[in-house]
Amino acid sequence: MLDDFLIRAALAGIGVALAAGPLGSFVVWRRMAYFGDATAHAAILGVALALATDLPIGLGTLLVALAMAATVSTLAARGWAMDTTLGVLAHSALAFGLVAVSFIPEVRVDLASYLFGDILAVSRVDLGFIWGGAALVLALLVWRWSALLTSTLSEDLACASGLNPDRERLILTLALAVVVAVALKVIGALLIAAMLIIPAAAARGLARSPEQMAVLAALIGMASALGGLRMSLSYDTPAGPSIVAVAACVFCVVAIVSRRRHD
Amino acid sequence: MTLIAAENICVRLGGAEVLHDVSLRVGKAEIVTILGPNGSGKSTLLRALLGIVPLAAGRVTRQDALRIGYVPQRLHIDRSMPMTAGRFLSLPARQTPADTAAALARVGVPEVANRPMTGLSGGQFQRVLLARALLAKPDLLILDEPTQGLDQPGEAAFYRLIEEVRRDTQVGVLMVSHDLHVVMSASDRVICLNGHVCCEGTPLVVSNAPEYRALFGLGTQGALALYQHVHDHDHTHDHGHGHDHAHPHSPAEHPHA
Repeated sequence: MLDDFLIRAALAGIGVALAAGPLGSFVVWRRMAYFGDATAHAAILGVALALATDLPIGLGTLLVALAMAATVSTLAARGWAMDTTLGVLAHSALAFGLVAVSFIPEVRVDLASYLFGDILAVSRVDLGFIWGGAALVLALLVWRWSALLTSTLSEDLACASGLNPDRERLILTLALAVVVAVALKVIGALLIAAMLIIPAAAARGLARSPEQMAVLAALIGMASALGGLRMSLSYDTPAGPSIVAVAACVFCVVAIVSRRRHD
Repeated sequence: MTLIAAENICVRLGGAEVLHDVSLRVGKAEIVTILGPNGSGKSTLLRALLGIVPLAAGRVTRQDALRIGYVPQRLHIDRSMPMTAGRFLSLPARQTPADTAAALARVGVPEVANRPMTGLSGGQFQRVLLARALLAKPDLLILDEPTQGLDQPGEAAFYRLIEEVRRDTQVGVLMVSHDLHVVMSASDRVICLNGHVCCEGTPLVVSNAPEYRALFGLGTQGALALYQHVHDHDHTHDHGHGHDHAHPHSPAEHPHA
């Protein structure tokens, strides 16, 4: 069954959405949208480094995404102005990544697949990497759910309850780097952050509890992945942008419907 | 029995020393109020006791396995997070629906369980925060200006509720307030803070202390008379209920001592 490239593509999209939905909810709640962007854009730099050093692409992306996430967290803790810092880091990471990639001939040919994703070329090994990463992220989130939610709501309340908000932030940072690494092949570096934010933002309009929002975000993400894949097949559009475009349409519909309902 | 004690703690924030050489202790079933002007370090002191801000010097000791219920001064819940009052009470520890309903009824807002936190009034919000603190079955309640956003009757009712909870559960209470009247009637001990401990003692002792009067600009006899009046009233009330551990009068004034 996994021999069919379409089945592999669908499973890859579902795997990414499964992890990106709940994690994306935290990205939305904690207003980390730009943080997600910076980490995702760093992935291109990871691709360049991996190819230059003969490391697996997934590992290279993971390491660079982790380094970027750690840098941002450290600067935030030292009281740097976050909006500016993230703006600088997100775009610099992309720029340096693209420059680095231009030194590696075989990537230059294939640059679009790293920027926009190449879901139809997902191999069995890729699929194992995607589902392994997604399972790891989901397990982390389920295990720490209550603590993560409390620290997201208020670090002071978390401290007073004997939790350590720094540790919970570290867990989210780690999860974010993993999602970036697994989503690179499916969505592409430019739009990974959109896959985190848009399904979660759409789910917000329908959810009455944080748990509902996380589950709905995963479901909306899966539906978008399948819809985008279909669109990519029918019209030969790039996979990542197609998936994000479908998610954006779902967001608009939900926003209009839930506004109507509140009126 | 001491629940929590601070010994000579100093706290620096951004290079400035906010607290200098502060010591205090709170015992079981005791209501201690910290009083001080804006910027005197009241909230910082609570946050230092909770371990949220680091100490530059001194130490905080807690009773073993001390359970603390904390009501912060302000809690902003982002609209991006759907959160009903009932769900909020289950953070971080899961509570049964029966327990959350009982806690909300206890603080006088049984109707809000399914309402979103962002839609509550200021008074309802504070009460939900208190309900959450109580669900932790605390040995010590730490309340940072808990009556913000409440009108005067609501405020009086809130402090009565705190006293009832103390009576029922023997919880110790450490709170920050700026409301002098309430502090005088509802506290066993008052600590007057302005970066350091200016004075402390029973409400009457503190209200007569020159440091306190200078800090709050109470030069007139009238203000003092008002507090004594309020205080005398409470004295008879206390006596009728056999509460004398919290007796604010000095023995000399006390006809039955």
